[in-house]
Amino acid sequence: MTTTVLPRVNYLNVRHTLASWLFTKDHKRIGLMYLVVVTAAFALGGVFAAGVRIELTTPEGDFVSADTYNRLFTMHGVAMVFFVLIPAVPAILGNFVLPLMIGAKDVAFPKINLLSWYVFVIGFVFTLAAMAFGGVDTGWTFYTPYSTQFSNSSVMLTGIGIFITGFSSILTGLNFMVTIHRMRAPGMTWFRMPLFVWALYATSIVQILGTPVIAITVGMLALERALGFGIFDPRLGGDPVLFQHLFWFYSHPAVYIMILPPMGVISEVIACFSRKPVFGYSFVAFSSLAIAIFGFLVWAHHLFVAGISPYSAMVFSFLSFAVAIPSAVKTFNWTATLYKGAIWWQAPMIWVFGFLGLFLVGGLTGLFLASLGLDVHLHDTYFVVAHFHYIMVGGAIMGYFSGLHYWWPKMTGKMYSNSAATFAAVLVFVGFNLTFFPQFILGYLGMPRRYHVYAEEFQVLNVMSTAGASLLGVGYTLIASYLIHSVFRGRAAGDNPWGATGLEWETQSPPIPENFDETPIVTGGAYEYTKRGAKVA
Amino acid sequence: MAGHISPKSTYYTIFGSLMVLTAVTVSVAFVNLGALNFPVALSIAILKATLVILFFMHVKYSSRLTKLICGTSFFFLLVLFGLTLTDYLSRGWFAAPGGTAGAGTQVTIGPAAPEPASVEP
Amino acid sequence: MPNGAVAHADPHGPASAAGFGAGGHDHAHHPALQHHFQTLDQQHEASTLGMWIFLVTEVMFFGGLLMAYLLYRVWYPEAWSEGSEELDIVLGGFNTVVLIGSSLTMAFGVRAAQTGEQKATVRWLLLTIGLGLTFLVVKGFEYYHKWELHHIPGPNFSFEGPHAAQVQIFLSLYFGLTGLHALHMIIGCAIMGVITWMAHKKRFTPEWYTPVELAGLYWHFVDIVWIFLFPLLYLVDRARQLS
Repeated sequence: MTTTVLPRVNYLNVRHTLASWLFTKDHKRIGLMYLVVVTAAFALGGVFAAGVRIELTTPEGDFVSADTYNRLFTMHGVAMVFFVLIPAVPAILGNFVLPLMIGAKDVAFPKINLLSWYVFVIGFVFTLAAMAFGGVDTGWTFYTPYSTQFSNSSVMLTGIGIFITGFSSILTGLNFMVTIHRMRAPGMTWFRMPLFVWALYATSIVQILGTPVIAITVGMLALERALGFGIFDPRLGGDPVLFQHLFWFYSHPAVYIMILPPMGVISEVIACFSRKPVFGYSFVAFSSLAIAIFGFLVWAHHLFVAGISPYSAMVFSFLSFAVAIPSAVKTFNWTATLYKGAIWWQAPMIWVFGFLGLFLVGGLTGLFLASLGLDVHLHDTYFVVAHFHYIMVGGAIMGYFSGLHYWWPKMTGKMYSNSAATFAAVLVFVGFNLTFFPQFILGYLGMPRRYHVYAEEFQVLNVMSTAGASLLGVGYTLIASYLIHSVFRGRAAGDNPWGATGLEWETQSPPIPENFDETPIVTGGAYEYTKRGAKVA
Repeated sequence: MAGHISPKSTYYTIFGSLMVLTAVTVSVAFVNLGALNFPVALSIAILKATLVILFFMHVKYSSRLTKLICGTSFFFLLVLFGLTLTDYLSRGWFAAPGGTAGAGTQVTIGPAAPEPASVEP
Repeated sequence: MPNGAVAHADPHGPASAAGFGAGGHDHAHHPALQHHFQTLDQQHEASTLGMWIFLVTEVMFFGGLLMAYLLYRVWYPEAWSEGSEELDIVLGGFNTVVLIGSSLTMAFGVRAAQTGEQKATVRWLLLTIGLGLTFLVVKGFEYYHKWELHHIPGPNFSFEGPHAAQVQIFLSLYFGLTGLHALHMIIGCAIMGVITWMAHKKRFTPEWYTPVELAGLYWHFVDIVWIFLFPLLYLVDRARQLS
């Protein structure tokens, strides 16, 4: 039942002062505050990417110097990994939706939630300062001994920024884990929880176990660079590869922080827009936990050609194949969810289809890289770049946009134009493939990554890639435009414009500050679509 | 809100045990057990930590979830150590034709020629 | 209704049976109960769970340094032996006794809060802080001594011995591990100061003493770290030095 006007009192208008936002403890406001910072970081990372792609349009190094190019791709990576991909779905969508989904008034520790936002912003400020001083040129991976002894760039500042931001991720994970354990409404057993909640729980496990390790590793890097402590210094007998082990112990599970929440989004959206429960609910739920745990066992596949023992490499190669299995389980189950469903083509669902195809390609190409023999040839080529962009942009970012479009009416109370959203989704899909598919071929042909010059025969594919990147830029800008437009001019969306199941859809849009008038009591499972009638018009 | 209240004697007993174990670990350190010194010292430390966890931190009387969380943190610590050591302990197993040790063998920089990594813990 | 959720008019209907007080307050509640929680019990369980999860992050935080320690101990046993010899067993042993003692006093402090013995709580907490500060003072002396000997890694490092370079790695890890531990002790003492003040102001009762309990968990964790650091750093290859 749609209403024609917005509800009178909601979390957005209950108080208007700046202080009421900056000192809020409301998880919904905190989610929006993250949206602002993450979007800024996304734009910044996009600008750096533009610099990279413009340089790569020609084989010569004629746009920027090699040193500047190193800084461009490094800052692109730092901004996108730490300030977009890691926080986007958990800190924006998770913060907003999780308490609503489980029937709670807020997360377990609202003040810590606000603190985690401030920590995030402070880390971002340090990193921006580093960028203002010329940025870092080591690659976002900061390998020693270049980063500790030879790089003449803002390694310390960026390191401090990343160290601080890591705590934001830890605090969010801690908060979500306790919230899910202790704040569920009466009747919401573990197996009645929506799959997005399972995904956030699994993500929290990774955030809690992994992030401290990169924190201490960056700390050791800083001690070595600033004070001359020799832990990775080969002149003293230290091992630079130890840095790589410690760095990737976090950074590989980190990619599961980036993909698990969007996978949770996909489960929610695919159920709603197929009008069916997700096929194999418990398998999907357990596969999230399996990915989180197995994800900690595979990190040295980033070190295959770094000089580790071949026997160790075989172990990690085997484990890297194994970690693909739970992801495959999800993909099969989502596909089975579509079968005999009543597909409703709205914007969130279009992003889902984009995700399904692109995540599949990205995931399968990961297996190519997990094969030792192939990796010897493909490591540090554009094949790797294409692989992770398929997962992170084709997978994680598309999952994020699916969720943003799905819950936007709940967050703002307004509906955006579905035709504009459809057009943007298709534009991004086309632009994405044009940008990154040629990079698989380039990598296979041998073009190395992180080089600002390349052999002439690679130019055509590079030009295609740059053209695709331009389309991506247009598409993302379009999304920002119509979403912002909807806030001011969109029609009121009503409590449940999608006719979706889920506790978050049973309260008003936008919700009241306490989320629910009365604590809901849950008596059924998460996706009881078979009990619903025809889709909402 | 009722947490388990331990009798004072429990705390004194545990403290006494910890003192004894501290004395043991210092004394045993001065006995030459060769390669066993490290595992013995580590085992005593693990025993001491277990006593603190179970009795001072009340894990013995806590929920299964608390016990699971405790165990999980040590499990993942072991994953970090164990899987990293699969690399370091097996370097040098692979000898390439031509006599030099395989890629990644520990090489010390100094006057002596590089020696294969012989690892005696 | 979808999802099987039932909106109920009576706030003390089925919800109370499940142990949750839904809807408005028509009863007084403990001043420490925060409004997004239904009961003090739920809040206490959430708080302790949160502290345990935080301690997991601390385990992994120290874990990175311990991994570096483990690797280099395996690679450079002689340097580890020489480096450990430079550390003072008497001071290290004394500090171990002091810190384990502070865990005892902390446990008694929590127990006193559990039984409502307010003055005893304050005394035990003050004793804990005192022992913690003692530890830090001794550590300060040790660091100062190291500085005098030019054993602090970096440009001023100087060490006589055949494995000086790797001894510098040992000492880097010594300062890294004990420095991080000392930082946690300082933060712990500050937290204990706040808790002691709250206890002095009679904020704790047998119904609610959660901050004392949480501070206790943190303090015991810091003790456990030292229980490992002492043998790992101070007791390496001591048998050889006797011969």
